Amino acid sequence: MTTFQTAFEAKSKTTGTAASKKLGAATIVAVIFLVLSGLIFSAEDVVQGSTVRIMYVHVPSIWVAYLAFALTAIFSGVYLSNRSRSLIWDRLAGASAEIGVLFVAVSLVTGSLWGRLTWGTFWVWDARLTSTAFLFITYIGYLAVRRLGGTFRQRARRSSVMALLSVLEIPLVHFSVNLWRTLHQKASVADPNAKVSLDGLMLFTLFWGLISFTMLFAWLLVHRQRLMALEDAVQDRGLDRAIQQRRTEAGL
Amino acid sequence: MDHASFIIASYALTFVSIAGYALYIVRRARRLGALTSDDDKPWI
Repeated sequence: MTTFQTAFEAKSKTTGTAASKKLGAATIVAVIFLVLSGLIFSAEDVVQGSTVRIMYVHVPSIWVAYLAFALTAIFSGVYLSNRSRSLIWDRLAGASAEIGVLFVAVSLVTGSLWGRLTWGTFWVWDARLTSTAFLFITYIGYLAVRRLGGTFRQRARRSSVMALLSVLEIPLVHFSVNLWRTLHQKASVADPNAKVSLDGLMLFTLFWGLISFTMLFAWLLVHRQRLMALEDAVQDRGLDRAIQQRRTEAGL
Repeated sequence: MDHASFIIASYALTFVSIAGYALYIVRRARRLGALTSDDDKPWI
């Protein structure tokens, strides 16, 4: 086998598989269609005009964040309840939380831009915005807890407990618009009693956004979880090498 | 399109940040993939 072949195979044996590559390609196509539909094909809103186009990335972002944090809690619960204590559940939880943080950040920024156009300000200390910012900070804290020292099992145990507590914030964020008087609008599409009707293509684009962002999340989750497994393997090797070095130095 | 700068900025920020994160994952996986054996990659 030539050096070139060896190098090529080493590169191809990373976190990708045939299935994940197909998912990646389908996701790219779905996202391109979303951008075209969101920016060009869909109609302008009667009240909000063209600013409604931000909805097609803002709403799917927070949907993925909710999904990611809910899955973080589920994976953490499985880790704690499973007798085998397989670290794959912990890695899935950690990967899901990290992706969730990215999507909350995207939702906060796009919401801020939308707010500037509709409310005249980038930020208000409104219940929905404040609780979402608090959710973002909580999961930054979760990621910080994962980076504390200790063994992989200690990391898994403490971060699982934190994930199960942190997920309780999601209903608070989601229902904050009903619990308090807020500038942020209430649920419209999801609420059957809401007097809001969306044009067919607008509704389709919104749901297409939810689907394509969920595909994006799935691709990122698969690859990030596998990358975490590689990081753990490299860390393990480093620790083994350090112990061996100490033993050699001590003449054991 | 009214407010095109805000709308395009929101799309650009969204997809550039997600693409940047995906690129970080792929690049780091390639680097660590070269340092680890096939036994560490049960998905292969």
